[in-house]
Amino acid sequence: MNNVFVYCEIEEGQVADVSLELLTKGRKLADDLKCELEAIVIGHELKGVEKQVMPFGVDKVWIADDKRLYPYTTLPHTSILVKLFEEEKPQIALMGATSIGRDLGPRVSSALHSGLTADCTSLVIGDHEDKKNKKEYKDLLYQIRPAFGGNIVATIINPDCRPQMATVREGVMKKEIVSDAYKGKVKNIDVEKYVKPEDFVIKVIERHMEKSKVNIKNAGIIVAGGYGVGSKANFDLLTELAEVIGGEVGASRAAVDAGFASHERQIGQTGVTVRPKLYIACGISGQIQHTAGMEESAMVIAINTDKNAPINAFADYVITGDIAEVLPKMIKQYKENTK
Amino acid sequence: MKGLKIVVLAKQVPDTRNVGKDAMKADGTVNRAALPAIFNPEDLNALEQALRLKDKYEGTEVTLLTMGPGRAAEIIREGLYRGADNGILLSDRAFAGSDTLATSYALSCTLKKMGKIDIIIAGRQAIDGDTAQVGPQVAEKLGFPQITYAEDIVSAEKGNVVVKRRLERGVETVEGKMPMVVTVNASAPECRPRNAKFVMKYKHARAVSEMQNATEDYIALHSNRPYLNIGEWSVNDIDTNAEELGLTGSPTKVKSIENVVFQAKEAKVLEPTDADMGELMKELIANHTIG
Ligand SMILES: Cc1cc2nc3c(=O)[nH]c(=O)nc-3n(C[C@H](O)[C@H](O)[C@H](O)COP(=O)(O)OP(=O)(O)OC[C@H]3O[C@@H](n4cnc5c(N)ncnc54)[C@H](O)[C@@H]3O)c2cc1C
Ligand SMILES: Cc1cc2nc3c(=O)[nH]c(=O)nc-3n(C[C@H](O)[C@H](O)[C@H](O)COP(=O)(O)OP(=O)(O)OC[C@H]3O[C@@H](n4cnc5c(N)ncnc54)[C@H](O)[C@@H]3O)c2cc1C
Repeated sequence: MNNVFVYCEIEEGQVADVSLELLTKGRKLADDLKCELEAIVIGHELKGVEKQVMPFGVDKVWIADDKRLYPYTTLPHTSILVKLFEEEKPQIALMGATSIGRDLGPRVSSALHSGLTADCTSLVIGDHEDKKNKKEYKDLLYQIRPAFGGNIVATIINPDCRPQMATVREGVMKKEIVSDAYKGKVKNIDVEKYVKPEDFVIKVIERHMEKSKVNIKNAGIIVAGGYGVGSKANFDLLTELAEVIGGEVGASRAAVDAGFASHERQIGQTGVTVRPKLYIACGISGQIQHTAGMEESAMVIAINTDKNAPINAFADYVITGDIAEVLPKMIKQYKENTK
Repeated sequence: MKGLKIVVLAKQVPDTRNVGKDAMKADGTVNRAALPAIFNPEDLNALEQALRLKDKYEGTEVTLLTMGPGRAAEIIREGLYRGADNGILLSDRAFAGSDTLATSYALSCTLKKMGKIDIIIAGRQAIDGDTAQVGPQVAEKLGFPQITYAEDIVSAEKGNVVVKRRLERGVETVEGKMPMVVTVNASAPECRPRNAKFVMKYKHARAVSEMQNATEDYIALHSNRPYLNIGEWSVNDIDTNAEELGLTGSPTKVKSIENVVFQAKEAKVLEPTDADMGELMKELIANHTIG
């Protein structure tokens, strides 16, 4: 009871890195709170999956194994978590801020009326004094997250409702094995008791998941796009420029989130770090998490409609303008000057 | 009945992508007055999906629903200019301080009052709060299934919806039953521009709170043309449990906020002209950076 729970994502039988990172953070929080760490794995053909998670210091693994539970769909996974949380009353529940966690987390929090903090960058235990209502809270989870497009960092707490739920992006927390010999218990969930037939109204008809293959790490020239690129069609302009000048296309996280580019092209703190001889930043504002991955570029060109964009502080050339106007001109001028 | 009943959830947001020096107040809070208020970008993608369904299925009605201050009626007008049929502004002090859960609760109570709905389409995420939580939370409160990260609502026929989703590491096509909540990504097609005919028709569309200082002529115009009245609902127009609203109904509390600052370095400034781009390319080729 009142333990720390981590929902573990599965892709092709493997527990996702983000989940292992959260187990590491969860272990630390459980130690601070003097409680146990429990993991939940939901999917199909999960035999032996406990061996993947226990070394991270998991005291109990809950396994729901049924062929209808993979690939992930929202409702059955929600039903299992909601009922399990009602029974086990965790004080903290963590999941990845991934396409799955961000689909599942809000659904579960809405059903349980528990608060959910998105995209936390730091999670620590602390106390809180509510001066207005003269109430003291011990050992709350401080959920620290950026908001307002990265312009502010907020500390969010969840004083009265349980579990305190949070999502965290991949790569934000460290992944660390406690001991290969760490022993926890395994609990098999009787799936029939947790899901309803109506939970299977959504059917996955087709699915194409890509294994990482893009190699931007070693590219000499990178044309990187941000949220300011605005659309997939505009992103094609970046691809065109990259093709003519012999570079690769990179992206900010906001551009990846928006679906303009795939995850393996993400540059920055939670993407790859690059050191090209030329970095062309298109419609990227230049938040610290992005610049951490490109600041060692030999030369930077920043194209942005905002003449005060923070990225300009890293640039050797600043072009103030709309990428839809600038990129075609660059392509044209390159072609004319190399004829 | 012919056609679908679609509600698009849209939020008016400060344009956090163009944050200038005066965007933060000295005390570290956001100076909303210094930021232009815009239609949340992904909600425009959501609107476009709704309008495409309207183009495809005759008799479809698209209603915009937004919760916010009186000024948020601006985005309803923007939606009308682009082809939405009508809109509702949900506005009341009782909603102030809502976190995503209290926001979803107020929206879901309103949706329940709006009668039969086939599809609720939201943006994936708002650019200010940045949580992507409201869509799924609304779906749960209504007991509807959800399809998030949609890039294309392929079809909505015979009670079934087929949606193409774009995920971090791939694409997925899924099928589900109406009523349903769909949240739309920015990778979905951009919203169509304003239509001059609709701009003419709706430029005087106003919500009640925008009519406070209206002249008699203006009030007369609105009583003669009912379509110019943007529906405005308060907490009294929906059935709610007061404990679940606003600050009281919000499990998450903001304990503290810090401001993030940047400093600048010298750079060569270029204009987006052919002449400057030509110079740039010559320089880059000359010093063997490219070519
Ligand atoms: C823990 C953590 C890890 C993170 N890891 C990463 C990471 O690895 N990589 C990463 O990139 N981010 C990361 N982020 C996110 C980061 O904080 C920013 O949110 C993100 O980098 C912003 O992306 P952006 O610059 O594309 O978008 P925005 O900040 O939205 O900027 C868009 C820019 O485009 C400009 N613009 C708009 N329209 C146009 C136009 N038509 N033409 C030209 N310019 C235009 C705007 O002026 C603006 O400057 C992380 C955040 C956290 C909290
Ligand atoms: C610094 C800061 C941090 C915050 N962190 C959290 C947090 O971690 N957890 C939390 O629960 N709350 C948080 N909030 C509160 C949250 O921003 C508000 O509740 C907000 O009203 C909704 O969340 P969002 O902007 O993230 O919307 P999202 O959930 O990102 O919005 C998704 C979609 O829902 C629809 N939608 C959202 N709001 C409305 C609306 N008012 N009217 C109509 N449609 C709408 C739109 O279609 C939108 O595209 C935070 C607020 C601040 C200022």
